[in-house]
Amino acid sequence: MSELKQIRRMALTGDEAVAYAAKQADVDVIAAYPITPQTIIVERLSRYVADGELNAAFIQAESEHSAISICLGAALAGARTFTSTASQGLALMHEILHIASSMRAPIVMAIANRALNSPLNIHCDHSDVMNARDTGWIHLFANNVQEAYDLTLMAFKIAENPEILLPVSVNLDGFILTHSVEPLEVLSDEEVQQYIPHIPYPYRIDFDRPLAYGVMALPDTYMEFRRQFYEVIMKAPPVFRKASESFSKISGRVYDMVTPYFVEDAEIIVIALGSTVETLRYVARKLRGRNVKIGVAGLTMYRPFPEKEIANILANAKCVAVMDRAYSYGGVGGPLYTDVLSTLYKNGIRTMTADFVYGLGGRDFKLTDAEELFNKLVRSVEIGAFDQDIYWWGVRE
Amino acid sequence: MDIAQKYFKTIKDVPIEDYFAPGHRLCAGCGPSLAMKLTMKAIRMPTLVVNATGCVEVSTSLFPYVSWRLPWIHVAFENTGAVASGISEAFRILEKKGRGKMHDVIAIAGDGGTFDIGLQALSGALERNHKMLYICYDNEAYMNTGIQRSGATPTGAATTTSPAGKVIPGKQERKKDLIGIVGAHRIPYAATASISHPLDFINKVRKALEIDGASFIHVLTPCTLGWRYSPSQTIKIARLAVETRYFPIIEVEEGRVRINIKVNKPRPLEEFLEAQGRFRHLFQSENKHILEMLKQQVEENWNRLLKLEEIGLYA
Repeated sequence: MSELKQIRRMALTGDEAVAYAAKQADVDVIAAYPITPQTIIVERLSRYVADGELNAAFIQAESEHSAISICLGAALAGARTFTSTASQGLALMHEILHIASSMRAPIVMAIANRALNSPLNIHCDHSDVMNARDTGWIHLFANNVQEAYDLTLMAFKIAENPEILLPVSVNLDGFILTHSVEPLEVLSDEEVQQYIPHIPYPYRIDFDRPLAYGVMALPDTYMEFRRQFYEVIMKAPPVFRKASESFSKISGRVYDMVTPYFVEDAEIIVIALGSTVETLRYVARKLRGRNVKIGVAGLTMYRPFPEKEIANILANAKCVAVMDRAYSYGGVGGPLYTDVLSTLYKNGIRTMTADFVYGLGGRDFKLTDAEELFNKLVRSVEIGAFDQDIYWWGVRE
Repeated sequence: MDIAQKYFKTIKDVPIEDYFAPGHRLCAGCGPSLAMKLTMKAIRMPTLVVNATGCVEVSTSLFPYVSWRLPWIHVAFENTGAVASGISEAFRILEKKGRGKMHDVIAIAGDGGTFDIGLQALSGALERNHKMLYICYDNEAYMNTGIQRSGATPTGAATTTSPAGKVIPGKQERKKDLIGIVGAHRIPYAATASISHPLDFINKVRKALEIDGASFIHVLTPCTLGWRYSPSQTIKIARLAVETRYFPIIEVEEGRVRINIKVNKPRPLEEFLEAQGRFRHLFQSENKHILEMLKQQVEENWNRLLKLEEIGLYA
């Protein structure tokens, strides 16, 4: 008879769950700056340090730009580093995000996704992380509080894999996940330590083997540096799978880069990121009961983009709807939409596709909204076409 | 010279080892290059250098060559104080957790990277009082991008963005009081230095490294191209800056000021200014008022420092 594993349950908000995961990861250096809706993460972590529950240097920087710079320096010195931010804070970090990935610093950062100014808004959308899309970070998205916890632990495993050594962001929807209390299963400290033991950073600052970091490269060598980086980030998918596999062994929870839901025979597939994926799944399940052939594909990893997995899922769909909680102003659509369109085109899949821009600045996307959206998709399939390519779903006109 | 504790009494005490290797691409007669060489003479153990973007950085790290015989890191222009903070704290916590060792960290940035774009990161680092030495090499303008004015450019100086025009003759604003800003953080140790006084400078570097907390040195480093003088004159001009009281050599310990080089009989400021092309227009009769303004600033600053030293407080 197999031994029954003791399940540890806690009730935490998304922010608290992320902080708890970072504590269990025994991070060495935390540098951050307060910003809603992320602040609770650093409040919790500073409390853990102040109470002696976590042996780490907690540095409240004077800006997010400095917070990420502190993390970068600390990571290269061989410390396990963590930061968290949102919105304007992530935008202020932007310059250093590129440098952190290029210098191969395995920093883990939680992003409590929030809209960008102006107008000022503290609520959820994905404009912040989409602005950081091309910075060379691995971007993971949580659908619920359990995933925010799990992905934070997995992020360390992925970031510190010597095959890649790349920074990883864990995205959780501002307020929707950061401030919602959910029951979750947590691992024991021992299990976490076994999963992500401290391994020496292979290129750490070493006085016996001095290295120069962040040198200058002119046109005769710069492109080769960038090509190396291109090759490295494309190694992330197998590293993700490996991290997920070992995580599932201790937790029983399995993560894929894309999580399909009822997609096998689906005529209509909706693609989304973050907490909306759960809303869509709930309604899709309900509609399946009415024989509507609808499926949902939620991306756990947005960068690098799981192109082949998405292409496989969409290969036989009649209709694809992309949910964008951000927009590329002046571009051909939202960021996820353009990624999906490119994937469809590159893989020779021709199907009716539209972009649904929704939920900007925390505009609710409720179960009724999801149901309305599915009805719209069903009608469009019956007609055989969308009447627009880009819908601003839920906007007051 | 009046440094309380002298680590290097004569030039013969200075170690022969060069951690700043020859063959870098800085100009002939470059003031900052000498500041780097001298700084590296004062290190007391394997030391990490964090370098801001700037002349020194681009000229010493052109792939695949590097001029630093110790670990060296460059991240960006404005965050040197922050990167050094992170490394210093990482060394400290890793030592505490038995996975590493504490080492000296020296952050090096120019005046643009310190007075202007890096001021916030510097202030944050000083306020948090990490164990690190920050050295600002001041050549009084953005020399790496071709001589643009900075917060360190003195009144009247001509640069490519504050040219000596027919209507506006050079920079109209004051040079920032950087050592005053740093001193206001009440860090354990801050000082000014000049490459014309190498023993004073390297003793200050060593003294700063001995401090368990944040320390700061502002070193004046003339720039042959930007200040417009012959490369053979760098040291002479740096010395004139001290001897005319243009650049007072002081220490500020926990806020208390001490003037290290008492310039009792200053040379006329004109001797310092005349030696440089960037001030040439100040000697035209229509710009005499700017020359007078600069002289007044220098005199006021000196008298202020004397008073502060006398009171024993940094105001």
